[in-house]
Amino acid sequence: MNYLASIGSYAIMIKEVFKKPTKWSIMKSLILKEIDELIYGSLGILIFISFFIGGVVAIQTALNITSELIPKNLVGFATRQSIILEFAPTFCSIIMAGKVGSYITSSIGTMRVTEQIDALEVMGVNALNYLVFPKIVALMLYPFIIAIAMYVGIFGGWFAGVFGGFSTSADFIEGIQLDFIPFHITYSFLKTMVFAFVLATIPSYHGFYMKGGALEVGKASTTSFVWTSVVIIIINYILTQLLLG
Amino acid sequence: MIKVDNIHKSFDGTHILKGVETEFEKGKTNLIIGQSGSGKTVFLKCLLGLFMPEEGTISYDGKIYRDLTLEEKRNLRQEMGMVFQGSALFDSMTVSGNVMFPLEMFTKQGKSEMQDRVDTVLKRVNLVDAHHKYPSEISGGMQKRVAIARAIVMNPKYLFCDEPNSGLDPRTSIIIDNLIKEITEEYNITTVINTHDMNSVMEIGEKIVFLKNGHKEWEGTKHEIFKTDNKAVTDFVYSSDLFKKVRQMYIEERN
Repeated sequence: MNYLASIGSYAIMIKEVFKKPTKWSIMKSLILKEIDELIYGSLGILIFISFFIGGVVAIQTALNITSELIPKNLVGFATRQSIILEFAPTFCSIIMAGKVGSYITSSIGTMRVTEQIDALEVMGVNALNYLVFPKIVALMLYPFIIAIAMYVGIFGGWFAGVFGGFSTSADFIEGIQLDFIPFHITYSFLKTMVFAFVLATIPSYHGFYMKGGALEVGKASTTSFVWTSVVIIIINYILTQLLLG
Repeated sequence: MIKVDNIHKSFDGTHILKGVETEFEKGKTNLIIGQSGSGKTVFLKCLLGLFMPEEGTISYDGKIYRDLTLEEKRNLRQEMGMVFQGSALFDSMTVSGNVMFPLEMFTKQGKSEMQDRVDTVLKRVNLVDAHHKYPSEISGGMQKRVAIARAIVMNPKYLFCDEPNSGLDPRTSIIIDNLIKEITEEYNITTVINTHDMNSVMEIGEKIVFLKNGHKEWEGTKHEIFKTDNKAVTDFVYSSDLFKKVRQMYIEERN
């Protein structure tokens, strides 16, 4: 029953977020601030992780090719498919649930604990619109960093494959061009957009409706990370079945 | 004037406010006192419109809150100023930004006009050198002054304060109390203060409402509180020897 109540209040929260918009001159600066914090601030960690995961995927694939009948371009092909279909949109979103999600929950939760949200409401400000809407808009740029993660991940695979002696550059490039299906990119970005919405709203929900003090802010951040990850994994399964199944 | 008529409020089956009735007059500092758990904070949040009572009405200068449209409620909220217990200043904004926030949100004033208004209210609360400081860089007393400045920047009709001198030293508490009283008279606003502080009761309590277990046990002025025989009030107000002596001296002086 508690889960149903939470889903209900989450739905009500989403409705409230889009009601009574904040003045555009203020909203504009809030959106830019969130882009800087959530998107630009996450670029470094995603580039770092993508490069090394791409490298590991290439090495693991190469090490598992034991038959001479399997073409060498499989290393590039497998790296491309893994990175584009799963690693960049899903794995990066789980990382973002930890980085961006806990930031959102703790910052909104601290505002709740210190009565800053009450102060907004007393003034007649729609606190949900003021706090959550800029995060949703900022995270609509999330596909751009996922595109960078895809590029860097494949580059990492090429780097590890070629300089580690697991593949030639020509084989790897042939592999990443082999049987390319453009819809896979569409599928990947569709998933990313849905994950971006989840990343903005579930942590906000946990921060906004938290009760208690500093300890509960920490607990809310952990709960928010768990639920954001769970929802991303479930949605990933459903979207994959719907779009590729 | 704020009129409270028989309000009831419950949470999860626990009856917190049990038919509170009172009136808070314009231009006066009205105090709500009572022990912890007596329903003071819930009562104040009902007055602010943050909680909706299940029964009874609250009216603001004749306008019954329950009967107002959403738009009218929002407009009424803009006529209210609130000083929170922990000041509730926005951490990411400077002192000036905090005070300017309601003006930026709800007025169409230009930047220089807003800055003039901010300068005026900050001067009024005796804070002239802290414009560019962040809340974490100023003392608790200064944070309270900023919170008062933010509460009055829109020229509110109603000012609510939740334990405005909690966590402050006695001298700063008196300064904050006097500042609220002066502002109440100067701007002719209806001020309601939720407090535990007996110094505030003795200094600025023009009307005092004593809550006990969610109902109004007693109400009167700071002079009447010296004379009352209500046991719940005397047990609460004169729990310290100092205030017992003050009361004794007051009674002897009157006789």
